[in-house]
Amino acid sequence: MGYVAVTGGKEAIEASLQHLSYERVKHGKWIDVETIKATMRGFLDQVMSESSLYSENLAALAMKQSEGNVEEAVFLLRAHRSTLPRLYYSTVTDPRDMFVHRRISASFKDIPGGQILGTSHDYLHRLLDFSLVDETEEEVLQKKADFEEVEVPEESSIPLEKLPKVMDYLRAEGLINEFPVNDEEPDDVTKLSLTFPSSRSERLQILTRGQTGGVVSLGYAGLRGYGSSHPNVGEVRVGLQPIHVQLDGDDEEYYIGSIKLTEVESFIPANVSENGKEVLEFDIGYGACFGQNETKAIAMSILDHALENPENTPIHDEEFVLLHVDTIESTGFISHLKLPHYVTFQSKLEQMRKIKKESEARK
Amino acid sequence: MSKFPFAFLDEQSKKEIRRAVLKGVAIPGYQVPFASREIPIGRGWGTGGLQITLALVGQNDVLKVIDQGSDESVNAENIKKLVQKTTGIETTIHTSEATLIQSRHRIPEVPLRSDQIMILQVPEPEPLRHVERSEFKTKQMHAEKEYSGAYLLLFEQIMRYGQTSEGADYPVYVHNRYVMNPSPIPRFDNPKIHQSDALVLFGAGREKKIYAVPPYTNVESLAFDDYPFEVEAFEGKACKATGLTNVFLDEFTDEETGETYYLCNDTSYMQEYLEQKRGI
Repeated sequence: MGYVAVTGGKEAIEASLQHLSYERVKHGKWIDVETIKATMRGFLDQVMSESSLYSENLAALAMKQSEGNVEEAVFLLRAHRSTLPRLYYSTVTDPRDMFVHRRISASFKDIPGGQILGTSHDYLHRLLDFSLVDETEEEVLQKKADFEEVEVPEESSIPLEKLPKVMDYLRAEGLINEFPVNDEEPDDVTKLSLTFPSSRSERLQILTRGQTGGVVSLGYAGLRGYGSSHPNVGEVRVGLQPIHVQLDGDDEEYYIGSIKLTEVESFIPANVSENGKEVLEFDIGYGACFGQNETKAIAMSILDHALENPENTPIHDEEFVLLHVDTIESTGFISHLKLPHYVTFQSKLEQMRKIKKESEARK
Repeated sequence: MSKFPFAFLDEQSKKEIRRAVLKGVAIPGYQVPFASREIPIGRGWGTGGLQITLALVGQNDVLKVIDQGSDESVNAENIKKLVQKTTGIETTIHTSEATLIQSRHRIPEVPLRSDQIMILQVPEPEPLRHVERSEFKTKQMHAEKEYSGAYLLLFEQIMRYGQTSEGADYPVYVHNRYVMNPSPIPRFDNPKIHQSDALVLFGAGREKKIYAVPPYTNVESLAFDDYPFEVEAFEGKACKATGLTNVFLDEFTDEETGETYYLCNDTSYMQEYLEQKRGI
């Protein structure tokens, strides 16, 4: 009768968990949280983004505990999030104030402030580097020192705070639809569940914490023919974004730290009617997420625009996109199929037998 | 676990869930949206029910958890373990001893009392989802009491099979206002919600909905005059251990003889019955 059976569930779970703990240590090797934090940047960024909890320490701990399983690490952090009281909202933060590490435009060659390639995999030849197999501490320190010794030429030292946005340039030319600044309080999807039609703030929140693979796949489908939001990437910027909070009844804002942020603004051509005439202007698709997650942020910008402009394809359907990109929800429901369904199955079985018997009796 | 609050969730979250529960009680059968929290077990593994349990549990509560009729199946044990670990409260397998009963897909055979709360885990709260996939539209249909689709579904089954083919999760009409999914309990359990002495709560964690059937509420399973609602019939079958016939049965196959036999699905009831018979 297997593992569910009438008794023995408790013992089975305990034994299974012991096996799981053993897997992590069975080779007698370990990695400390500090090392993970120092060397697993890509993992931490993805996990912090999907769990919507910005903490490199906790993400590194989650990685260690989950043996590098992204789905599990995100799960741990999301669950941890539920135990924390939410005391403050940050004040509005403007990515124009970002300390930029990287900033490129696929729309203009010459952007005010210049293109800054920064740290990127984009032009990396994806060849396995076998020299890393036996990399020694000495080599690591040498590589570190080599890079740090390079002198930065004077002329390339541009100020990295307060870099203007590519979008501002188009806006000045009148090529972008002007909208008044929307100062409404955003809806918080973690405090109030999503209802439809959703607000844009809700959509952006769900997308930014969406599963990377899920968001990217849907964005891709949108590009490939299941949507009509084909963007030009106006600007991708990655850098440190300062965050402030304001206490009740206090005029001053307090700086609480900076987070690594990827921000994308995509330009999408759109027909706009102006004085009864059709003109072509650019719409904006917006993407932003914790950490350096550029593909996800671009896909998010496609989906943001698609959902702003409902059409009869899944990618433009807010319920289709927003209800299926969350990793906790999708992995949870898929994996629940492993639970016993004896009662429901018995109920269906009884019905099927009855229908069969009666249809045979009728023959 | 000392790093975590009592009953895991932070107090504000618990308060919000209790508010949703109260609203649900005030509007029987109406699905109250709530900001479902992530908790340490899988979404789809009973997180809706568990959030209600965590929000309601106090230090003096006694918890019973059932999964498909069994107190000791892995998922029931796992949920019980989490609540116990974060609250230190007592748990039980005896229905009559529990103040809170969280269950996946069964209502116990022992009748519930007015001082007990039954919490059912819900995978799909929307009874109209098979008729209309858009949440926006189904919400409207509920508001307008537009339930022809729900009946049409049953009608089509009757046309096709000569009877309805819904197994578990057979939709009900709550106090002549809302059509509701009773969660995938067998049809056998539907009548237990009607005019129940206990409060029955429903939690859908992934779908972020809470709803309720307060005590002494009319709950009717959808049916037609000429095609009345029928529960699972175990005609001529009885529990092999107890001889009981008025209970939901699990089907087993004897590994040696290949013969099919039946046992009470509610295992704690079976145990209590046997102990009583033996005079323990």
